[in-house]
Order: sequence, then C-alpha cells, then structure tokens
Amino acid sequence: MEFLNYMGAVFTPFNFFVLCLGTAGGLILGALPGLSPTMAVALLIPFTFHMEPAAGLILLGAAYTATVAGGAVSAILLKIPGAPANIATVLDGHAMARNGQAAKALQLCFISSGIGGVLGIFVLIFFTPILAKWALAFGPSHLFWMAMLGVTVIASLGSRSAVKGLISGCIGLWISTIGYDQIEGVERFTFTEHLTGGIHTIAALVGLFAVPQVLQMIERRGGGGEVLAMEQHPVWQTVKFVFGRIRAISIGSIVGIIVGLIPGAGGQIAGLVSYDQTRKFSKNPDNFGKGEPDGVIAAETANNAMVGPSLVPLLTLSVPGSPTAAVLLGGLLIHGIFPGPDLFIDYPEVSWTFINSLLIGQLLMVVFGLALSRLAAKVIRLPENYLAATVMVLAVFGTYSVQHSYSDVLVMATLGVGMYLFEKFGYTAAPIVLGIVLGPIAERNFAQGRIIANAGDGMAPYFLSGGLNLTLIALIVLSITSSVYFEIRSRKQKEVSHA
Amino acid sequence: MKKTIQSLLTAVLATTVATVPTLVASAADYPERPVSLVVAYNPGGATDFQARIVTMLAGKENYMNMPMVIFNRPGAGGKVGWTQFASKAKSDGYELAAYNVPHFIAQAIVFKTPYGIDNVEPVANWGADPAVLIVPKDSPFNSVKDVVAFAKKNPDKLTINGAGLYVGHHIAYLQFAKESGTKLVYVPETGGAPALKNVISGQVMAGFNNLSDAFRSQDRVKILGIADLERHDFLPDVPTFKEQGVSVDNSSVNFRGIMAPKGTSEEILAYLSEKAVAMFGDGKVQGKMKAGGSPMHVMTRAEVQAMWKERQAYLSDLLKDLVQ
Repeated sequence: MEFLNYMGAVFTPFNFFVLCLGTAGGLILGALPGLSPTMAVALLIPFTFHMEPAAGLILLGAAYTATVAGGAVSAILLKIPGAPANIATVLDGHAMARNGQAAKALQLCFISSGIGGVLGIFVLIFFTPILAKWALAFGPSHLFWMAMLGVTVIASLGSRSAVKGLISGCIGLWISTIGYDQIEGVERFTFTEHLTGGIHTIAALVGLFAVPQVLQMIERRGGGGEVLAMEQHPVWQTVKFVFGRIRAISIGSIVGIIVGLIPGAGGQIAGLVSYDQTRKFSKNPDNFGKGEPDGVIAAETANNAMVGPSLVPLLTLSVPGSPTAAVLLGGLLIHGIFPGPDLFIDYPEVSWTFINSLLIGQLLMVVFGLALSRLAAKVIRLPENYLAATVMVLAVFGTYSVQHSYSDVLVMATLGVGMYLFEKFGYTAAPIVLGIVLGPIAERNFAQGRIIANAGDGMAPYFLSGGLNLTLIALIVLSITSSVYFEIRSRKQKEVSHA
Repeated sequence: MKKTIQSLLTAVLATTVATVPTLVASAADYPERPVSLVVAYNPGGATDFQARIVTMLAGKENYMNMPMVIFNRPGAGGKVGWTQFASKAKSDGYELAAYNVPHFIAQAIVFKTPYGIDNVEPVANWGADPAVLIVPKDSPFNSVKDVVAFAKKNPDKLTINGAGLYVGHHIAYLQFAKESGTKLVYVPETGGAPALKNVISGQVMAGFNNLSDAFRSQDRVKILGIADLERHDFLPDVPTFKEQGVSVDNSSVNFRGIMAPKGTSEEILAYLSEKAVAMFGDGKVQGKMKAGGSPMHVMTRAEVQAMWKERQAYLSDLLKDLVQ
C-alpha cells in the first residue's frame, strides 16, 4: 500500500491542474480520428522539458489514458475508430448510435473504460515484480500464435457469411504486405510512388469505415437527409446497467490485462479478442453487431485495462512494450530517470506519483467523458448531409495529420470507394481491417522465428513445442471449434423458429 | 445551386493560392517560419528522442529564432522517410531531415535508393552512439573470445540480433563475422528496443545494440565489447573489439545529425550549420542528453562531409557482395 503515501502529490494545485488538462485534452485529441495515443504523447514531450519530472509524467500519463478512451467517441458517433484499439468498439457502438442510443453507448464506453483502466492499474501497482518476467517470456513464435489467435476472431466480426469474412480477411492480409517489407526491406506491390510507404493503419481504418458511410449518406439523400434520433439516458441507469454486466467486464479486463502485459501485442488485439469471447459466452450472440451493449463494454474495458499492464515491462525492465510506452520512456529519460528494477527504490516519489496520477486520471476521464457524452446529441442531430461533409473533412484531415502525407489521403480515398462497392456484395470492413492490423505482427514474428529456428533445432520444435506455444495453439483450436459450434447452433435455432 | 457552389469553390481556391507565398524568401530573412525536421524512425526511438532534445532550443533568439517541428515518417529502417525526403523535399531551407550514418549510406549502396551522400547536404552532427555486443545476464559468454570460440565450433548456430537490416548494428555484425572468420546468424528486428528485449529474455543468444540503451540495462545484460576505436566514458570497463583480438573499427558507430536536400543554397547551409553547432553545444541540450544517457559528438558541416566520404568508401567495399 506504499502508493497511498504518495497520493498527496497528485493533488497539489499545479499537479492536479496538469492532470485535468491532460485528461480533458487527451479526450478531445483522442476523439479526432488520426491522432493516436502514441502521437499525442510524443507531441506533449517537449512541454514536459520545463516541468518538474512528476508534473511532466502526470501530463503524459493523463494524455495516454484519455486518448485511448477518447478514440471511442468518433468510433461510436461517426463510425471512425480513433485508433486501432477502437476497431471492436465501432461494431456495436455505432450500431447503438444508429438505434438512437448514442448517449447510452458513450456512457457505457466511459464507465467500462474506467473500470477496466482502474483494474489494470491495480495490476501494475500490486503485481509488477511477478509479472515482469512473464512478460518477457514472449518471443517471436508466441507473438506469431497470438496474431493467429486474433485472426480466428474473423468469424465474429459481423459478416453474415463465414466465407465472405475469410475472403475479406485475406484481402486485409494482402493489403498489409504492400510497401517495404519490414524485415528484408524489399518493395512489394508498389505500383505507384504513393504506395512506397505502405498502407498506414490509420489511413486504412478511416478509409474503410468512414468513406463508405459517407457515400451511403449521399446515396440515401433524397429529401434533405435523415436526422438520427437520440434518447437522453440518465447516467445512473447506465452505471447500474454496467455493474450488471459482470461477464463482459470480467472478460474485457482479463483479456486486456493479459494482452497488455505482452510486449508487441497491442490494444487492437485486446479489444478484438475480448469482443469475440464476450460474444461467444453471451446468451444472445446474434445481437452482436446490431447494437449489443455487451460488445461496447467488452471492447472498451479491454483496451483501457491494458494501459496499466503495458507499463510493467517499461518500468521494471526499461523495455517499452508498446509504441506509446516507448515515447513515455523518452519522457522519463529526459529527466534523468532510468527505469529498471530499482526505479521504485531510487525515485519512489516520481514513480508512485506517476502511477497514482494514472489511477486518478482514469476517474477524471470517466467524469469528463460523461460530460462530453451529453454534447454528443449535438453531433448526432446534425442533418445527414452536413454530417457527411463533416465526416469527410475529418477523414481527410485525420489521415493527412498522421504523417503529413498526401499519398495517405489518396490511399484512404481509394480504399474507401473500393469498400463502398464491396459492401454492395455483402462484405464488411472489420475483417479486412483485422487482416491489415494483424498481418504485419504475424509476418514479422514468423520471419524472425524462422531465422532463429533454422539456427537451432528447426521449425517444428521452435513453433510447436513449449508450454506457451501449446497453450496458444490450444486457444486457437478452441476459438475455431467454438465458432463452428455456435454457428451450427444458431442455424439450428433459426430452422426451429422457421418451422 | 450548381453555380453558387462553383463560384464558392473558385473563391476558396483563389484565397488559398493567394495566401501561399509566391516568392522564395531571400536568405537574409531566413528563417521566417518554423522549419520541419523529418525523422525516419518511430516516435520514442533513440533518434526521435535525441532529435527532440537537440532541437528544443531552436526557437530561441540567439539560435534559429524559429522552432523546428519534428515529423516522424518511419518504415523499412528509414527507407520510407529518406526516400520521400530526397525525392520530394523543397530545397528552400524549411524542410530538413535527421540522418543516421552508416544506415542511409549502407542502404544507398545495397538498394537503388533516391538518397545517398551525393543527393543530400549535411548540416551538422549531434551524436555518436557506438554499437556494443550484448548477451543475456545468464549467458555462458563472458568475452568476445568466448563468442568467437563458440561460433567457430558451431557454424550457423549463433543468433545475433540488431535493430534491422543495413543499420549500424548490422554493419557491426557484418564486420564482426568477417574479421573473426565465423559464420553467424543475423536476426533483424524492427528497432533497437525490441532487439534489446529479445536479448534480455534469451530469445537470441547475443545482439548488437546502442551503447546508450545497453548502458541503461547493465543489470540485465552483459556488455562484451564496443565496436569503436577507443573505450567509452560511459562504460570504462568494457574493452573494444580490437583489444580482444578482432579487428572491428568504428565504421558501425551510429552518427546522428541534420541534413538538407540537394540544391539548398550555400548561404542557408552555412547559416544552419553555424546555428546547429552552437545549439548542440548549449549547456541545456548537453545536460538533457547526458541525463538521458545519450552520447554527444558535435561535428561541423565540413567534418561531416569528410566522415560521409570515408564511410562511403569503406561500406562500398564491405557490402560489395550484398548489392542488389
């Protein structure tokens, strides 16, 4: 309980001001498509140069926490995931918004983010020494299987046909290979100079989700555009509701914490795997993708639960487990603080103040987030033709701002128009995005694993033996068989109801 | 309706064109707006981290009087960012990039890249980070000699990782394999941080990594040798490769600095070089870099030009069998 001794430092007037500023700013920045948590933290680093180490870290930590949650706002309201971690949030969050439940979806999102986030930080506070070693156990073969586990989620991603889902997944994997190969540095499928940089994940996310939606709005627009309805929803009801969804919250937190600990896995896998598992354990899996609150809860609990654990390898071993953690490492080094096993002994004040600020930051995020969701009505009540224009502006702006690259905007627009046509044939964007996100993780780790395996005992022992490999493979088999089982069961149920 | 939209569009276009400066400002006024600096690596990487520190004072009156804004364009070990920079950046002094030697020179030799020492202009160098050979804490290897002895007995079995292909670590690896006469296996990673992680956790048997990063991880890895001409102040007890009988010189030392596109006027280059060297020498910058464990090595434009030429000659020879 050592952390409680340093709680006061968070509440000094200046530190608390910085915390509020970071949280509110992070929510707003996170809600802008294109501005990922990593980018937000990197942009803030220069501001911390002139601050006390503790205040600087509070700013960075608050911004990290809040941007992760803020990404859900555009996912729910505009169908644009703010960051890859919010892909799973789009599926049911936006469907809820379309059903007139935008306020409820946002409240669910912030409350479950807060619960997941706090649990994740408790893991960081109490179990760091035990978990640090475990986090390092993951090598290339394990990360390859992790990515494969992510791929098995395709069946859950809202395609009505498993075959179409798989085809979309393959297209996504192919898109992820465009550009320079990460390991060998060879160019692949780069027919024009616009593709030499590869397809940036954010450009793909925005293009595949936002553009088809804009085109559909234009298509529908006969008489001035339709206005989405939105029921106001009292917060206390949502709080009560969330605490009744123990299953979704538990699955979300556990998946988020485990995935967060693994360096190189990332929030997108956490959100997707948790969404998939919650669907499988749900009594009404058919509601997923049509506005099921559990879908939003599972995805958002998971992607915030990973914030705390993702800092375990950084703080104890000086090994950043995610791009955002790498930027935070810079923030520590700049003040001459070297993370490592002795961090909490050498700099207890700074370290514990930082962790406490993450904890309080989660609570502030919930408060500010709920306040923000009241404003959501203003967005949702925009007539559709204005909304289409706004989304398009945000899409172009968000894509361009990632790397200041015009090529990214072209890629975004091309993918978007392609996706619009593709949707006419019953294909959906989510499996394609899954392929784009997981492809590089799978490929890179397979390529590295192959080199290491060939220098050792060969491919089969390297990839197919050892407790971790076998556990992951077992999970993959389980995930596939349960998908098949649920598919068959739901078909039978439909036949029964038709008969 | 259509006409209104058309006239609106024309009006918008006209204003945009009008506000874009049409005349190239003369060098005397330079710089009159913020200067961009492309970093070809991820935010949070060593190059990005150092670039942010060394340019933090650019906005001060006695230096550039204008801030330098960092843009990250990562991908393929720097190829994505540098390709765009060399083929697209304007030579008006407002678009600069950070270079890493030997990375960009080695890539230019092996691949047909639009960048190379003849296509860009050096401004000034801020840092020099030698590669060091590291092994996990519980490794049986305690010296470079142990590693060589094992590799001689077990050809193609010893795995050594590094931040990627044709970066400083890879060059150190190639030199080490060549000079020790051993057959090793190189495992390219996608950055120094994941490479370090895989050495700490024993996924590979050894690795070449940045001295600055290894220095901070001394209680988790053993540092066996420095790929430089002399021992380093940060690690006075770690011997060089030469001391241990393997003739690896300083060709893999990671030099970091600022460059400009070909065609930038001599006036602007001279101005930038002078200001950059002064800025890098500022006590504040030096203090932050030291606190972060990042070794500095400030060089003027002329010194960098000489260093680039020397590297080009040596690397062309080392990499001649690998040219694609």
